[in-house]
Amino acid sequence: MRLVSRTGRTVVRTLIQAVPTVIGIVVLNFLLLKLVPGDAADVIAGESGSATAQSMAAIRHRFGLDQPIIVQLGNYLYHLAHFSLGYSPRYNTSVASLIMARLPFTLLLMFSAFVLSLAIGIFFGAMMSFFARRWPDRLMSVLVLIFYSAPGFWLGLMAIVLFSVKLGWLPSSGASTIGANYHGWQFLADHLSHLILPSFSLAFFFIAVYARLTRSAMLEVERQDFIRTAQAKGLRDWTIQTKHVLGNALIPVTTMAGLNLGHLLGGAIVVETVFGWPGMGRLALDAVMSRDFNVLLGVLLLSSFVVIVVNVIVDLLHAWLDPRIEAE
Amino acid sequence: MTISTAFHAPTMAPSKRGKWRMTVAAIALACATLFVAPFAPAYAAQDAKTLTMVLTTEPPTLVPITNVATSILSVSAKVTEGLLEYDNDLNPHPLLATSWNKSADGLTYTFKLREGVKWHDGKPFTSADVAFSINLLKKVHPRGRATFANVSSIDTPDKYTVILHLAKPAPYLLKALASTETPIVPKHIYEGTDPASNPNGNAPIGTGPFKFKEWSRGNYIVLVRNDDYWGKPDPKVDKLIIKFIPDAAARSIAFETGAVDFGYRTPVALSDVARLKQSPKLKVDTKGASYSYNVTRLEFNLDNKYFKDHRVREAVARAINREIIVKTIHYGLATITYSPIAPGLKEFNDPTPSPYTYNPKAAAKLLDEAGYKPTNGRIRFNVTLDYNPITTEGRRLAEYIRAALRQIGIGVELRSQDISAFVKRIYTDRDFDFTVNGASDLFDPTVGVQRLYLSTNFKKGVPFSNSTHYSNPEVDKLLNDAATENDPKTRVEDFRKFQQIVGKDIPDLNLVSPTFLTLYNVRVHNLTDTADGAEGNLAKVSIK
Repeated sequence: MRLVSRTGRTVVRTLIQAVPTVIGIVVLNFLLLKLVPGDAADVIAGESGSATAQSMAAIRHRFGLDQPIIVQLGNYLYHLAHFSLGYSPRYNTSVASLIMARLPFTLLLMFSAFVLSLAIGIFFGAMMSFFARRWPDRLMSVLVLIFYSAPGFWLGLMAIVLFSVKLGWLPSSGASTIGANYHGWQFLADHLSHLILPSFSLAFFFIAVYARLTRSAMLEVERQDFIRTAQAKGLRDWTIQTKHVLGNALIPVTTMAGLNLGHLLGGAIVVETVFGWPGMGRLALDAVMSRDFNVLLGVLLLSSFVVIVVNVIVDLLHAWLDPRIEAE
Repeated sequence: MTISTAFHAPTMAPSKRGKWRMTVAAIALACATLFVAPFAPAYAAQDAKTLTMVLTTEPPTLVPITNVATSILSVSAKVTEGLLEYDNDLNPHPLLATSWNKSADGLTYTFKLREGVKWHDGKPFTSADVAFSINLLKKVHPRGRATFANVSSIDTPDKYTVILHLAKPAPYLLKALASTETPIVPKHIYEGTDPASNPNGNAPIGTGPFKFKEWSRGNYIVLVRNDDYWGKPDPKVDKLIIKFIPDAAARSIAFETGAVDFGYRTPVALSDVARLKQSPKLKVDTKGASYSYNVTRLEFNLDNKYFKDHRVREAVARAINREIIVKTIHYGLATITYSPIAPGLKEFNDPTPSPYTYNPKAAAKLLDEAGYKPTNGRIRFNVTLDYNPITTEGRRLAEYIRAALRQIGIGVELRSQDISAFVKRIYTDRDFDFTVNGASDLFDPTVGVQRLYLSTNFKKGVPFSNSTHYSNPEVDKLLNDAATENDPKTRVEDFRKFQQIVGKDIPDLNLVSPTFLTLYNVRVHNLTDTADGAEGNLAKVSIK
């Protein structure tokens, strides 16, 4: 019951905070983007390699760039107030449809990288703490250091070379086998096989972060009085480590994980590029490069929603992990 | 959020229930790892009837009417055809037009159209579609406006005859009718609509060997065999998949694993070409790329206080070694050119070398004469070099030029920006000293080269116009004459004189013409038989 009422309160409070935040994000983004030199007509002419004065004027008119900035902003907000993300003249379709085509892929990649990094990170951290200052700890520390310092896309490329080129086990790019009519188990296997390399590449860095965090949090908890109590009453070492030490060390890790989700969304651009993954990061980058600002604003808006929603979830997760947090 | 409270939490002892939950969470997460780790699924093999093409960027639309980015050209012709196609020497061959005739005065072109051709929606293809398309392109196409400028009226005496009447001769016209350059679109779909926002751009209907099936944005495009194609039994493959892989290394890998079959305009990093050539699975071809030659150029801003002096420009010309550019920047995959007309356009290119040969000593002397003596040690003056970011070679070339000019005492600072900012800086703001740029020569100098030198084409805000602000009445006259010259010999002579004048005036330095490679899997055949190669309609391409 308490969890339900807490959920309600959190959602209401988040909504109250989110609306002005989102409007601020939109207006600020819009104005910042207008400061960027060059516009959509310059891009189209640049990639076409040809233009005439009339074709430039026609493009600007289609994009509404011949209107004053304040009118453009007004138009955008008007559409937004009617729950429309607007229209992309470049792609000749609604921004919502462009984003919705990619959102599932983005969420899939984000979620799997998130789960992988937490699971492996916590496992590594627990092992390192368990074997603290002995050789398994040292060995894993080196590994974690490599994950931390080597760029994820490079590790991804090396993984492609090994698993796609040399061994031929996994596909090197894309999100599914195009045109293959798979069903059931085959469908799942096909998608998972495409997901493995990108999600690991994205997760590597965060595995390192969570592993180090878990290790230090566990070592800190180990020095607490209640651990000595547990040892004094004769509990087995394994039970103490998993139940008492790891359990208590999880709170800072989940907090950090919640904060990192935004970074996960940002870091996805590089991984999406390397693996040809049809996600939103790529869409955002293309939108910047092509000055297609309706699309970019849509992506930024949606990303801020995703981050807000994830924060609410992490908040609730904390309440579930440690009931004392909600008492406050 | 409750971040601050969470940080304090672990120091306090949790309740018994909380501890149990934490343990469950930890075990659940550990299990997730074990579930994913040993997973190794079957890896899809190449399909014997499906071709896969790779693109570096996703096309914004699938019919090149108002935007003619190369990504669009690569997809378009499979679905939307043109009147003619060309062999590797740019000789015209029938496509939607079966025969054509040019009057002796060059003012009337008559085309006989193929009969019995149907659009993918079942409607018949007629001369009305052709007349409509040419009129449309004349209005909205970035080049069509120039290409068809002299077309005064179009007659359609019957369903399968089109007659173009010209006010002045347009000697390049017969080369402009390829599927990618002059796409013939269905009148019944475009009539009365805004061509840029017509939904046909997203799901095109054409007469081509392939029908549009699916476009998963950001992911892939699927085209399927048109069983009613006029050229039956072509096409020879059942399905054409177009993948977008933005990363160069990932593209090389996709070729190596067989995940993609072919790519156009050197689809991989130049540094990978030598390695991929070694693969028994892959073939590299320079044929099938004669519909578009580019020239990489160093363009001076003639309004700049240093570069308006011919001696300074000549000094720069004498400091740059084109052989190094070919060998180091382009890995040997380029041809030296001193002319703005690419060597590939054999008919028009003047192979005479520049009068200003590589000679750094002479360059230093010229700068001394111009009054720029080294002041603080070795530097005479500083300039900023912008480069067009659309190719990866642009930056490396700019780096070489910086090093080369440092030798003769010109300090160069490089400035990077993305394509939009670059285009605005050069053509609208004109806030630059000199720039590494590229020009697409297309199929004829009047269409591709003239715009860079005509004094009347110095137009602020129009990209790829006369960026240097060059103005020479003699050149203007030669170019204008050549544009409407009906006699091929006189025309070639006009262009030869033009090349010699700009070669002496050097408002820009033409450096190299990059070699475009088509890279493909050995199982693919007949890919590079036409001038536009992989950009063509692919009706004859087969898998063996």
